[in-house]
Amino acid sequence: MSVDHEETTTTGFSRRGWNGWGFLVKLMIMAVINAFGLMGILSAFNAGSWVIFGFAVVLLAAADFVYFSKRALPLKYLLPGLAFMLMFQVFIFGYTGYIAFTNYGAGHVGSQQQAVNAALQQGERRAEDSPTLPLSVVSKGDELGFAVVQDGEILVGTADEPLEVVGTSADGKAPTEVDGWEVIGRRDLLSSQDLQAQVVNLRVPISDDATDGSIRTRDGSTGSVYQSSLEWDPDAQTITDTENGIVYRATDQGTFTADDGTSLTTGWIVNVGFDNFMRLFTDPTIVSPLAMVALWTVAWALLSVLVPFGIGLVMAFVYNDERIRGRRILRTFFILPYAFPAFMSALLYRGMFNAEFGVINELFFGGANIDWLGDPWLARLAVLFVNVWLTYPYYFLVCTGALQSLPASTLEAADLDGANRFRQMTSIILPLVLVATAPLLISSFAFSFNNFTVIFMFNDGGPAIPGAPYALGATDILISAIWDISGVNRGVADYGLASALSIIVFAIVGVISAIAFRQTKKLEEYA
Amino acid sequence: MSADTVPASRTSARRKRWFLEVGWKYILAVFILFYAVFPLIYIVSASLNPNGSLAASNSLFTVFSLDNFKALGETSYWTWYANTLIVGGSAAIGTVLMGACAAYAFSRFRFTGRRVGLTTLLIVQMFPQALAFVAIFLMLLAIGEVFPVLGLNSKLSLICVYLGGALGVNTFLMYGFFNTIPIEIDESAKIDGASHAQIFWRLIMPLVTPILAVVALLAFISSFGDYIISKIILVSEDNWTLAVGMYQWVSNQLTSRWGLFAAGALLAAVPVLVLFLTLQRYIVGGLTAGSVKG
Repeated sequence: MSVDHEETTTTGFSRRGWNGWGFLVKLMIMAVINAFGLMGILSAFNAGSWVIFGFAVVLLAAADFVYFSKRALPLKYLLPGLAFMLMFQVFIFGYTGYIAFTNYGAGHVGSQQQAVNAALQQGERRAEDSPTLPLSVVSKGDELGFAVVQDGEILVGTADEPLEVVGTSADGKAPTEVDGWEVIGRRDLLSSQDLQAQVVNLRVPISDDATDGSIRTRDGSTGSVYQSSLEWDPDAQTITDTENGIVYRATDQGTFTADDGTSLTTGWIVNVGFDNFMRLFTDPTIVSPLAMVALWTVAWALLSVLVPFGIGLVMAFVYNDERIRGRRILRTFFILPYAFPAFMSALLYRGMFNAEFGVINELFFGGANIDWLGDPWLARLAVLFVNVWLTYPYYFLVCTGALQSLPASTLEAADLDGANRFRQMTSIILPLVLVATAPLLISSFAFSFNNFTVIFMFNDGGPAIPGAPYALGATDILISAIWDISGVNRGVADYGLASALSIIVFAIVGVISAIAFRQTKKLEEYA
Repeated sequence: MSADTVPASRTSARRKRWFLEVGWKYILAVFILFYAVFPLIYIVSASLNPNGSLAASNSLFTVFSLDNFKALGETSYWTWYANTLIVGGSAAIGTVLMGACAAYAFSRFRFTGRRVGLTTLLIVQMFPQALAFVAIFLMLLAIGEVFPVLGLNSKLSLICVYLGGALGVNTFLMYGFFNTIPIEIDESAKIDGASHAQIFWRLIMPLVTPILAVVALLAFISSFGDYIISKIILVSEDNWTLAVGMYQWVSNQLTSRWGLFAAGALLAAVPVLVLFLTLQRYIVGGLTAGSVKG
């Protein structure tokens, strides 16, 4: 504590000695940061995003405190990195946890109010007593809107902005000029199919309240009021269809469901507790393919470390021999696969392993039609082969390094004591090399466990497991299974279930790493 | 007579011994070389084959044409190339600066929370960001409603996500290296009246250049090879990186553009290969040092 204090005073004193330039630069940078920060805080406030608002306020306050105070010297160096880490690594872990306990996904993307509005919009029909209003199509930039005349006033609105009075109309006909908007003429409208489609699909809400309905048009020159046949009763939490009298009740699953079991398509996000986790362990359609995926993940991660490590270790022993000429050149060629970007290698092998046209069948199996990518076991073998090709050079390099840094005196002593080469190998060299490389093997295990790129690029995790949901495949590992389940890429999105699986994988990786690191510490103590 | 045979048998014995101890290693090396290099030779041959199909690429080096390389110009390849360089370059520079600052703080200052900070970093780095891609996607969706520049389909937000991992992965690597610079250098400079900022920028940074280069390269390579995060963030084709774009070329067997892929892969891999091979000594040292000590 006293050391810290001394440092701050020294630096505080010497900053004045830097001709004030450093301070000036800092002041300018901080001015820019403050400007952007305030802008962000304001727009978050306007958008009502309270999490972002809070985060921005705290961050800006912290930045100003840290860089203008003389106390928080280490933080001056840590803050930028910490801020990014908190936002894009720590926060998203927490956010993953939050999503895992919700039904966030297709059909459940917003608040209940948003779901109500969406339902009311979908149920809109032309109101029976609706007057026909003169209408012009207007545009501003890319945005289309309607200008209508009602009671002598011109009102303009777009899909996002409800109608607003912009002026008065003298003749009560469709407006030909609107301030701030460009009126799209009839000829332009008739000449573009695309535009017509957009105009017919456009709905301009009458007010912020979705129950008021909206303006729509069929011909681009007259508009009429559309109102929902559904009625929302916030007190009873029900939506009633006035046409057939069906009542949809809000459920705790985040849907509006009628007594006969039918639901409205749009629901909202609710907390579902451990449902997602339960589904992963009890839903019969998921459990067995997921168990296969989990087993393969462990096997894949283990083999992806042990096989290339074995090869690399043997190679390191063999080529750590000063009698071999051109060792440097050999080594450079040996490690080429490691330096070639991994995703390209995986894609390259995807082509080479192709059953019909691939070079591997053609050249090494005499044109046989071996279905490398389509058979579960062959695909597993092949993707492992690819990963071994990609990673053995790394272990070769690491083991070579470990071998070369072995203490020469220990080996000499062993020689003098009469230990033969086999004995030296098993009692001295191997244990020392293992101690040096064990932590790397653990990190590699954790890395392989989540090595999405190779699995996905090589074969999309295929071939598909018959009957498995979410297109799970025989070479899918947990992270690529999460990718399939999440539906971010294709299919039905189920963010909640995907995040629940992420949480489980986090836990597995964490536990394995913790145990493994403890074990290696023991190893180091013995060595 | 005996004078002739003895040396002859001795040389043959010596040869035999040489072969048993050293010679076979050359033969093994040939096999390993074939294993290591064959796919690369194959892709060079495929890139020179103007008939872009997979089947046509099997006869190695029968045709020689640069058509594939020219055809890259008619695709979005160079846009993706530039995007990759922009994203990877910014992520690399940002990672180096943030990592170096953090390593400097941990190495030179003694403050409350230092040990906890180091341990936290060690734990955080065990959990890969890629596993939380759903949360990243949804978070950017939410941020995009407030600041469109930082939402989905923005290279800037992709860079920010990569920078989020800057501390976790690299601090230990750099921390170890910073610790090897004697603290006496700092102290004498301080006595001469240098501020901590001057010490950091003018004294320490030049001394740690090798580790800066390695971290920059590693950060660049990892963003270069990332698919999962760039795929979910970069939506429109003109924002894609090479990994996202080139996957589209060959993912579908029927429409695959094999020759284009081969040519593009070569052009993209050459700079990485060259950098990697020049820096390989440091990289291996760094990889080893980085993951050992906590």
